[in-house]
Amino acid sequence: MELVIKKKTKRRWLFMVMATVLAVAAYAFLILKHDPALVNLGERLWPASLEHPLGTDHLGRDVLTRLLLGAQLTVGYGLLSLFAAVIIGVPFGVIAGFKGGLIDRIFMRIADAFLAFPDTIVAIVLSGLLGPGIENLLLAIVLVKWVNYARLVRSTVITERGKDYVTAAKINGLRSFAIMRKHLFPHLIGNVLVLASLDLGKIILLISSLSYIGLGAQPPAPEWGAMLNDARPYFQSHMMLMIYPGLAIVFVVLLSNILGDYLRDAFDVKKEVES
Amino acid sequence: MSLLDVRNVHKSYETGVEILRNVNLSIERKECLGLVGESGCGKSTLARIILQIESFDQGCILFEGTALQNKNERSLNPYRKNIQAVLQNPAAALNPKLKIKNSLMDPYQQFGSEITLKHFTYTSEANFIGQLLETVELPKSFAERYPHELSGGQKQRVTIARAISIEPALIILDEPASSLDVLSQAAVLKLLGGLRKTLDISYLFISHDLSAVQQMSQRILVMKEGEIVDSFEKELLFGEDRHPYTKELISLFE
Repeated sequence: MELVIKKKTKRRWLFMVMATVLAVAAYAFLILKHDPALVNLGERLWPASLEHPLGTDHLGRDVLTRLLLGAQLTVGYGLLSLFAAVIIGVPFGVIAGFKGGLIDRIFMRIADAFLAFPDTIVAIVLSGLLGPGIENLLLAIVLVKWVNYARLVRSTVITERGKDYVTAAKINGLRSFAIMRKHLFPHLIGNVLVLASLDLGKIILLISSLSYIGLGAQPPAPEWGAMLNDARPYFQSHMMLMIYPGLAIVFVVLLSNILGDYLRDAFDVKKEVES
Repeated sequence: MSLLDVRNVHKSYETGVEILRNVNLSIERKECLGLVGESGCGKSTLARIILQIESFDQGCILFEGTALQNKNERSLNPYRKNIQAVLQNPAAALNPKLKIKNSLMDPYQQFGSEITLKHFTYTSEANFIGQLLETVELPKSFAERYPHELSGGQKQRVTIARAISIEPALIILDEPASSLDVLSQAAVLKLLGGLRKTLDISYLFISHDLSAVQQMSQRILVMKEGEIVDSFEKELLFGEDRHPYTKELISLFE
């Protein structure tokens, strides 16, 4: 028992630290003094100094500034596409699960079609077809991800809709929409939040990797994947230019996974499944 | 005129299995009608049909002399506000994610504007829930609790409070005590008996437990394989002209 509590507290502590660092990064633009897009070829590839704590890149831009603003971009884009996927997926899943029948069968076929291909491939094909650019990449991610939420919600709704409390609600004259809103919705929040926080890491990786191969954020946006790509030719001489954004991506993905674990404990998702 | 009439109701599954065969029953105002039979004889299906959770193939159901028109959910509203239910498993009948007060408010939120309460008075939600909990002998503080913080008997009291909250004309009690321990069983049955008298409600009391049915009801129906095989006043339970199946049940119970 003691061990369990210790483990939980430690995770909470780690989570708090990482969330604080990320929040500082997100609001860093308030204190930063360099322009992230200002090209200054006279200062290109400078080593770390007081003026530029992480040095400058191949166009003389301050790396720390770009890295911190990149946090806003990368995490912001990740959250945005995640939010859109949830907003689309959850109602679909609820309706398919609750209504069943033809609606459900049509929905499941669409979902199967999306799931037949790996996320990355679909995202690459879609953003390739629509043309490179962050908006198209986000659209591709939403199209790939909403299915997961719809399926998760659908299966929860199917489990819950047969239970007596739903029957009791019907006896009490509640109609489908009211039952979904009052009785089924509270069962979905926990599951959806846990999946979403775990997905955030994956989505950030996807955005960064597609930006790295040039399909996502376009220069001069300080997106981490794009920064990796920018730094690639200088890897032999200025290795740190790739290490910084790489570490940033690792950090955020790790944070998202820890957040997922934390939420899973907080919402008792697993325990509920067991009972 | 009877409160509820079930006439020649038939129900079979798509596989051809007959669940209910030509079921007839009528429930008078302020009466407790007992329905006894073994598991799988169709008791609960009949309850679900009366509650309009399930459909039936033939026959009709009359409420206060008017036949049910099951066109859509909305058309059932006048019926639903008069018929409530207490189900067998109180743990499943309360949403585990909702506080007791939220579960209790379901019927009133739905029908409160269409009914006039005689026994309870609605001034505020907290006050109303307090009255309900008090009526079923639970402390008012339970309003803020979640179902898992209550015992089985306490949960069943909450579902009873929910059923009486709109003072319906009829409550279907589908094995209300059979998932409880012996002491809670006795307490819940006593509570139900008292509430029927104070609130002037009719009960359809469904159980496999002949002694509980005898304790609660004035008239008793015996169901076997989807048919009602025997019907008698409670005092005539040990009469000579009982159906052989009834006698079998009595012998098991003794």
